[in-house]
Amino acid sequence: MAKTKRRNVLKLAGTAAVASMGGMAGILATGRMPAFAQQRTVHWLKWVDFVPASDALLRREMLPEAEKALGIKINLETVNGNDLQPRVTAGIQSGAGPDLIMAFNNQTYLYANSVVDLTEIAESVAKQEGGMYKYARAVCSDGKMFMGMPWAVIGGMIAYRKSWFEEVGATSFPKTWVEYRDVAKKLKAKGRPIGQTLGHTFGDAPTFTYPYLWSWGGMEVDPAGKVILNSPATIESVKFMQGFWKDGCDEGGLAWDDTNNNRAFLSQTISATLNGASIYIETLRRPEQYKTEKGAPLNTDILHSPLPAGPAGQFGMHLLQSHMLMKYSKNQDPAKEFLKWIHAEKNFEKWFVSQKGFATPCTEKWEGHKVWSDDPVMAPFKVAAKLGQAPGTRRGNVPLRASSVWKTSAGWRSLSSCRRQCCSACSLPIPSSKA
Amino acid sequence: MLLGLFIAYPFFEGVKLSLSSARVGDPGHFVGLKNFHKIWNDSIFHTTMWNTFWYTGVTTVFKLALGLWLAILLNRHFRGKALVRAFILLPFIIPTVLSTFAWKWMFDPTFSVINWTLFQLGIITTRINWLGDPDLAMTSIIVINIWRGVPFFAITLLAGLQTISPELHEAAAIDGARPWQRFWHVTWPLLMPVTLVVVLFSVIQTFADFQLVYVMTGGGPANATHLFATYAYQLGIGTGLLAEGAAISLAMFPFLFIIVVVQLLYIRRVETR
Repeated sequence: MAKTKRRNVLKLAGTAAVASMGGMAGILATGRMPAFAQQRTVHWLKWVDFVPASDALLRREMLPEAEKALGIKINLETVNGNDLQPRVTAGIQSGAGPDLIMAFNNQTYLYANSVVDLTEIAESVAKQEGGMYKYARAVCSDGKMFMGMPWAVIGGMIAYRKSWFEEVGATSFPKTWVEYRDVAKKLKAKGRPIGQTLGHTFGDAPTFTYPYLWSWGGMEVDPAGKVILNSPATIESVKFMQGFWKDGCDEGGLAWDDTNNNRAFLSQTISATLNGASIYIETLRRPEQYKTEKGAPLNTDILHSPLPAGPAGQFGMHLLQSHMLMKYSKNQDPAKEFLKWIHAEKNFEKWFVSQKGFATPCTEKWEGHKVWSDDPVMAPFKVAAKLGQAPGTRRGNVPLRASSVWKTSAGWRSLSSCRRQCCSACSLPIPSSKA
Repeated sequence: MLLGLFIAYPFFEGVKLSLSSARVGDPGHFVGLKNFHKIWNDSIFHTTMWNTFWYTGVTTVFKLALGLWLAILLNRHFRGKALVRAFILLPFIIPTVLSTFAWKWMFDPTFSVINWTLFQLGIITTRINWLGDPDLAMTSIIVINIWRGVPFFAITLLAGLQTISPELHEAAAIDGARPWQRFWHVTWPLLMPVTLVVVLFSVIQTFADFQLVYVMTGGGPANATHLFATYAYQLGIGTGLLAEGAAISLAMFPFLFIIVVVQLLYIRRVETR
């Protein structure tokens, strides 16, 4: 080991002193604070994915790649979907927290005052990928700014047991609610009810109840922002639901969250449930574990269907996820760089493929991806984002200037009273208005 | 200084918030008592208020009765007394969220081990919808609260029992007092100050309970199990209506204040007898 001499130490110390004096003089001359070489860090908060492989892919492969490419550090934190909103509120009120936070559906409107406009990135991605679906625009943009960068749509379709439906005479999935109720009644009589989540939770409960209401002609608010939920159509829908629930459903569903119906279906206590594709994907992942009563792999007996139609038509609402860049963030530039990086086609594709169809991208280009043709059972999810609708919108229309509704006190009053009437059983607080 | 920092400041901030139109990301402006007027006309708030009183009342009565019974049992001499006393404290020691998750599984609508046991014993033929039925859901959270709270009552009352001189019991026994008379005329009056303090603490904690209900039901089904704290959380945090959430939180204050004042006055009266 080289011997350290007293003379060398003095030399080094002297050099350092001179350098620092020069540095100090320089700083004083410019009148600016020194720019220390700090590691730029982006704190990304998202839900715990129902497809665990995707979170693993992000952590193991994609984020290290992004860090290398962008020269930033990315902290990925995952929490239960129901715990995202408390984190957003805490962050905004305290002015500190994650830089990028995942939002569900129109939660973006709640936080519009506290997020950074992401129009440039969103429009750029839309342009490169054949256009953005209206659903994503309605949820993420108020017409003036993108409050969140659309990430993906978790398609909500009814996963059902083909053989069990056939056993009660349903060779294809019921087209209307009345037909569905008849089939459900027969299934429940055989101990195989329909299982529908209606508990206080973010996903399956609102993605069932909103389209159900719309299919009967019910609406939350009129174009002026007035709550019109209390209508004959809504009452009809509730009356029908009471019978449907009693005759054909597992009545425990009132206490279910977004995981209960998955477990119930996989343990074969229910015959159908509105869900993302996670049930089917799980049966593909573990074919040895999940088998039918006849011993066949369960995945061979699962099909997907949209919700049935009601007197006013057939509707669908799916869990749209976006990422909000918070105004309080001190890392807005690196966060934007990261968003651009992860939405670049070659990067996003890796994540999209890992989802195996559980998530549908928000732009049209992905409709042609081989993920959808690889497995026909997943085909109905391909158009989830295309056909999905935001609360308050009607088929084929874009939502009424949501900003004008929700940024006024009248809008908030509408939200508040509407929430009291219809949304207390879910975590979707903001209905928007129809066009 | 500390009281001011940790109690007075948050309290007055809460009052300020409840008198404003604040939403998440928007400090709002002064609106007077508008939020209180609004929640007073809110049917869910009425349900919440009733739930909170019912939940607090029923659990306190059961916790007191069972805790006292347990304390009397533990006050006897038997082998392994120290071990039993330690085990009794487990429900109180385990973090509430953790134990509540275990209960959630036990009351699971589909996979409830309670249902399974009752079914295997031939007591039921169909599943009991523990958390999906409004009344059963309330019963379920009451049961869990009692389970969690009994050890606190038992151990505190046990400490009170041990301060009562055995000579008093012996004297009463010599005078011909039966066990029940000895309890009623000797033990209970001497235990009263401790009991009142325990009840006071328990009422405050139960009235403002959050974790248990949040984990078990989230206030559901259909708002049937909301307490003040969970409903305030749903409005303030879930929908961003911070001012309304603060108003609901503060609505607890007058009730708790009256309960505390009455109990403290009673304690003082008992002590000065």
